Amino acid sequence: MNVTTTAVAGTMESSDVMVTMAPREGGIAIDLDSTVEKQFGRAIRAAILEELDKLGIASAEVRVVDKGALECVIRARVKACAYRACQCEAYQWG
Amino acid sequence: MRDLRKEIPCLEQLGSLGKTFSESCLEAGGALAVDKGSHPSKIVPSLEEAIRRCGLQDGMTISFHHHFRNGDQIVNMVLDKLAEMGFHDLVLAASSLTDCHAPLIRHIQNGVIRRIETSGLRGKLADAISGGKMDVPVVFRSHGGRACAISQGELPIDVAFLGAPSCDAWGNANGYSRDEEGGILCGSMGYAKCDAQYARKTVILTSHVVPCPNVPCAIPSTDVDCVVEVESIGDPAGIMSGATRFTKNPKELLMAESAAEVIAASGVFHDGFSFQMGSGGASLAVARFLGEKMKAAGITASYALGGITGSIVDMYEAGLVRRILDVQSFDLRAAESLKQNRFHQQISAVYYASPKDATCAVNGLDTVILSALEVDTDFNVNVLTGSDGVIRGAIGGHPDTAWGASLAIVVCPLVRGRIPCVVPKVNTLVTPGATVDVVVTEYGVAVNPRREELRRRLERAGIPLRTMEQLQGIAQQMVGKPDPIRYTDKVVGVVTYRDGSVLDLIYQVAD
Amino acid sequence: MLFVPGNNPGMIKDAGIYGQDCIMFDLEDSVSLGEKDAARFLVYQALNTVDYAGKELVVRVNDPATKCGVDDLEAIVRTQKAVIRLPKTESARDVLDCEAIIARIERENGIPEGSTGMMAAIESAAGVLNAKEIAFSTPRLIGIALGAEDYVTDLKTKRSAEGIELLFARSMILLAARAAGIDAIDTVYSDVNNEAGFRAEVELIHQLGFDGKSIINPRQIKTVHEVYTPTQKDIDKALAVMEAIEEAHRKGSGVISLNGKMVDRPIVLRAQRTLDLARAAGICLEEGNGHA
Repeated sequence: MNVTTTAVAGTMESSDVMVTMAPREGGIAIDLDSTVEKQFGRAIRAAILEELDKLGIASAEVRVVDKGALECVIRARVKACAYRACQCEAYQWG
Repeated sequence: MRDLRKEIPCLEQLGSLGKTFSESCLEAGGALAVDKGSHPSKIVPSLEEAIRRCGLQDGMTISFHHHFRNGDQIVNMVLDKLAEMGFHDLVLAASSLTDCHAPLIRHIQNGVIRRIETSGLRGKLADAISGGKMDVPVVFRSHGGRACAISQGELPIDVAFLGAPSCDAWGNANGYSRDEEGGILCGSMGYAKCDAQYARKTVILTSHVVPCPNVPCAIPSTDVDCVVEVESIGDPAGIMSGATRFTKNPKELLMAESAAEVIAASGVFHDGFSFQMGSGGASLAVARFLGEKMKAAGITASYALGGITGSIVDMYEAGLVRRILDVQSFDLRAAESLKQNRFHQQISAVYYASPKDATCAVNGLDTVILSALEVDTDFNVNVLTGSDGVIRGAIGGHPDTAWGASLAIVVCPLVRGRIPCVVPKVNTLVTPGATVDVVVTEYGVAVNPRREELRRRLERAGIPLRTMEQLQGIAQQMVGKPDPIRYTDKVVGVVTYRDGSVLDLIYQVAD
Repeated sequence: MLFVPGNNPGMIKDAGIYGQDCIMFDLEDSVSLGEKDAARFLVYQALNTVDYAGKELVVRVNDPATKCGVDDLEAIVRTQKAVIRLPKTESARDVLDCEAIIARIERENGIPEGSTGMMAAIESAAGVLNAKEIAFSTPRLIGIALGAEDYVTDLKTKRSAEGIELLFARSMILLAARAAGIDAIDTVYSDVNNEAGFRAEVELIHQLGFDGKSIINPRQIKTVHEVYTPTQKDIDKALAVMEAIEEAHRKGSGVISLNGKMVDRPIVLRAQRTLDLARAAGICLEEGNGHA
């Protein structure tokens, strides 16, 4: 999939994460702002990259404001945001 | 004139008798201090004058209380004045410090403060110290440990600067005023009582000079050397909230109910039992659930101890608690109760928790509800450093009450957001696991393996139990394994146990 | 059965810690139109990763006649973790249409056909009148539930404290469920702060015979358990019945009697149900005759 527009998913509430994606040339750029950066920054970045890879997104600008979300929440928000940013509703599961 | 002294047999055995009386003994400025018939006063015109009269010198130790919490203006005001007067290398021994004390960073940098003793640190000041801003490590003491160190002369206080919501010209100081409603109110002044009693010199700062005698009082005039009237001592909004709101958070209610069930099933729940609760949402709710169980069982508590909240006052006024021993009032309702209720007594930190006194109030506790930032699989508790290693809390009376109570219950969620609170090993050891009996989380209750009999009691009562290893496993499964915190080799804090022994060290957090 | 809004990460995380038997994640009314996709991803991910400690899981999907509803089914059926709750069911046709989609997804993904359970929520006059055919529509159906908010609007009335306007619907749904041998679940009570009103309603539906109550806040769980947990007297009586049966077996007697009275089948069934409920409420029956 290709990111064709700017999209947002998630909220700034505690235990949630707000993911914003925008088109970009040449690779993935992640800007992470997390309340648990020191403890989980590495794991969060890895989860984001893995989800984007599964969706076949090679280039995107990803801004993530994390309020201590569990990994499953981060993955869900990244997916929701990616489909929105790619303007695609043919969801792939599994 | 006869010299009576010369006629006394065995004079050398009679101790310190004075010289033979003469008219000169009646002169002012002598041993009697003032003229007959005068109405003396300890009020001095300025803080600067008080500092001078107390003979403060560089390198000395000054103390403060934290009854004004985040509304405190005394510490910053006094340190600004001391800096202006050119003092340096002082030891700042506060009963605790919090967010509002960030301006102290400047006084650390300019050398006015050489080292700090406190129960806790928060906010920018804590960040600065965790970041290695001080050369000498901060010494952290529990409330009982501090009271003991001060009363035993291990932490001698040269001058105590104590803010008081009311004080008369003699120096009788109190945490509320009988002469007017409202104004600054902090309730009990338990930590200040200890400092005033043992400091070499005590200065009371008040915004409210009241007629003599200001009794009942927290600090009697006999413990006071100077009184300074100042414009303002604290911000009421930061000192305490009106009435602590009862939590509606279902997770907190769940834990609170579990904790109350543990108490009821533990064997300490009998007529005349004694307890202490904290001030967090879950603790307040425990008080309510416990009150319901007491009513149902038809029993009353001999005393409630501690930081006192409105929920304890409710129990007192409902006849469920016979006495309140109050070292620190947490909300307006508690402060008002101290003023109005006959058997709501303020007590000093020494009376509360000094380990050198076998009958200090914590030692009589049947049960205590405690919180935690982290608790580990050995039941060790950290209430001082966050999961990022940065100082962001206070020891308070945690280790004191855990040691003193027959049943010490830590109520702590398994995770906060994505931060695990039940961990393999605490970042900072504050309360040794050997003194913690039960941990209550939203995912279940764990009993310390040292308390086999207690475990059987809870099991018989049908309370589902888990091991700490199971709880820790659930937490890790849920949030993942956090990366270890990176520290430098610089020690920024020394955590002491209540007897003064060195319990743990806090290191500078690497950026 | 605790209702959990499908787009709330905090509530989804903690949904398993309370004493309820069942968690229902909602993708329908509690999720705004623009967030349907986000909620679907969130519930999908949570079902696949969060350990809800053996609780029964249900997901309320959107109308399967819409793309959104089909997308919900595509995601949730694949997890093989949850029962599908069909909203606003009006007829057996609605259930069967939904079932056909579920069956297709099962086939396409190598999931044993028929393994996904279903629940139908009845929320209209037509649905109530068709309760029987709905209840018998498919063996996938494990229960039917009343959705009162939409139902009273359809009736042109509103909910009262006594619930007289719901009596017919409740009775109808209960009878249909019993006839079909499936569960009957009552509607939610929205005023979380009215504890007395909630208790009265739970007592009413318990007396009617409902298997359970839908709740919107964990604070309501305790009341449901208190009403549904058998009293010590009931438990003792049930244990005595069971003992009498064993006694009769030992003696090889075909007639079971207790205190001189014959114990017939309904009495045995009620006793078994009492003990099942007691066990579900965590009461220990084996030790000390249930004096827990």
